[in-house]
Amino acid sequence: MNILDKERKLLVLEKNISDLGDTESVSKLVEEVEKFKKNEMTKLSSWDKVLLARHPKRPKSRDFIDYFSKDFIEFHGDRLFGDDKSIIGGIGSIDGIVFTIIAQQKGSTVEENIKRNFGMPHPEGYRKALRLMKQAEKFNRPILTLIDTPGAYPGLGAEERGQGFAIAENLKEMSRLTVPVIAVVIGEGGSGGALALGFANEVLMLENAIYSILSPEGYASIVWKDSTKAPLAAEQMKITAADLKDFDIIDEIIQEPFGGAHFNPELTFEKTKKCIMDTYYHLNGLARTELQYQRNAKVRNFGFLQRFNYDNLKEVRK
Amino acid sequence: MNKIGETINKRKKLKHNIRLMNEESRVNRELDLDIPEGLYDKCPSCGKLTNMKLNIENDYICKSCGYHFRMRAIDRIKYILDEDSFVEKGIGYITLNPLYIEGYEAKINKYKKETSLDEAYIYGFGQIYGEPCIIGVMDSHFMMGSMGSVVGEKVAKTFEYAIYKKLPVIIFTASGGARMQEGIFSLMQMAKTSAAVAKHSSLGYLYVSVLTDPTTGGVTASFASLGDIIIAEPNALIGFAGPRVIEQTINQKLPEGFQRSEFLMEKGFIDQVINRKDLKKTLHQILHMHRRTI
Repeated sequence: MNILDKERKLLVLEKNISDLGDTESVSKLVEEVEKFKKNEMTKLSSWDKVLLARHPKRPKSRDFIDYFSKDFIEFHGDRLFGDDKSIIGGIGSIDGIVFTIIAQQKGSTVEENIKRNFGMPHPEGYRKALRLMKQAEKFNRPILTLIDTPGAYPGLGAEERGQGFAIAENLKEMSRLTVPVIAVVIGEGGSGGALALGFANEVLMLENAIYSILSPEGYASIVWKDSTKAPLAAEQMKITAADLKDFDIIDEIIQEPFGGAHFNPELTFEKTKKCIMDTYYHLNGLARTELQYQRNAKVRNFGFLQRFNYDNLKEVRK
Repeated sequence: MNKIGETINKRKKLKHNIRLMNEESRVNRELDLDIPEGLYDKCPSCGKLTNMKLNIENDYICKSCGYHFRMRAIDRIKYILDEDSFVEKGIGYITLNPLYIEGYEAKINKYKKETSLDEAYIYGFGQIYGEPCIIGVMDSHFMMGSMGSVVGEKVAKTFEYAIYKKLPVIIFTASGGARMQEGIFSLMQMAKTSAAVAKHSSLGYLYVSVLTDPTTGGVTASFASLGDIIIAEPNALIGFAGPRVIEQTINQKLPEGFQRSEFLMEKGFIDQVINRKDLKKTLHQILHMHRRTI
């Protein structure tokens, strides 16, 4: 039984309770529900977290932005080709500090999802992001990016307009930025499409978010030629926030309320905001060049490898 | 040859000879590979059986249809660089298995044996008609040239070594993308290599990236497309998403020539598509025109 089934069961149980009047059985049921919540709902496998990260009711980037900043102004377009609606960009103040906010937006309804292309950006989206980052650099504004995408869109138009080139350019320019960059993975962080906004000084991640090189389904279909083995793949790929914290790929895990972010969005937003501001004040002490150096030095150490000392080996051979 | 090139050459040659004396050179052993007269192979493009020896003499180009065969890294180095000018750097990296994937080590070992490479990428110092440069070559025969931690590290080291030596970089890319078996670590190599390019570039050094068949995925979305000058071989597959993934997403067949080098040049992403026969000459010209007086 995965987390979605459990969630459905919980809703049914709670509905049963509310349908009943004041009878003895109610307290019994309440007890049962509490037990279920405590024992079942808190045990999350990696696959459960994938399902939660993709949950249709999970708060989207725009919800976060609206909570963080009451005065957010959206800026459209990359000044080259068009406006990509799967990436939102603009400026807004959070606790009195003006941020450039760039976020990948999924839709919550089918129509909105089609409009937002299911959160899968085209090259013009990444170029818009880059334009806004350079703008932030000019005005010495900190940058906040919210990551929630299954990946960069694999389509005809995207390839024609240089998807790979746009992502590469983003990575190159982000390594040169001299303002604080904070990235928060709020849902799915899918491959290069996510990394193109995720090359940051500090990377925060919600507890039930995932960040991976490809989707568990894609992995399963490549390795076992069977995309239904995705739960197994999710376990093997180490894509949850806790795993990535172990690897030192991310810096901070933001705890989510019981049952996932959608059970109590307000609390999630508040915790996220607090974590962002703490990180910002921590980074604010660094000079501009130090910020650039810190970001590059951090990324330079990513990798899991070993190198033997060649000179030692020669001595052994002798 | 200019004076600087000469001195560097002398120094390098000395070092190179010392290395040759100290240990058997992996590269040179490979270069002497003898291909029997009667070895025939099927050309993937025209399907004709062709004599491999004749094809190799024809610069690894199919005699009947002009198809550019996928070259091994070692052949590429032999083909592009001056004789005996290559000094390999960054030896001794060991690929680990961070996600404890079953059979990954065995797979790596198998490819190591087959290709006699440590990883899908080698780099070092070399000269093209006397012009010194740092050259990096990816090998698509090693696990589809996928970029894991070691490849990413070596690419970053390539640029750092070039900064140290104040030399331009040429990289031949051939890769299926990031290596999925190393999970998130492979993904992070994209950021790492891009940052290394940015550093090399901001110091004013030249980086020429030569895209060969196939260059896709995480490599396209990082150092492959960040060259000051981007060259491609004819009819090479270059793109971010693989053709099969796109076909599945849009539910239709891709048009002929989509994601090929000529197509990308048409769309304005590549400086020049250059036939393999002219590649060495063109690279020399580019290096010569960017020669710096230190």
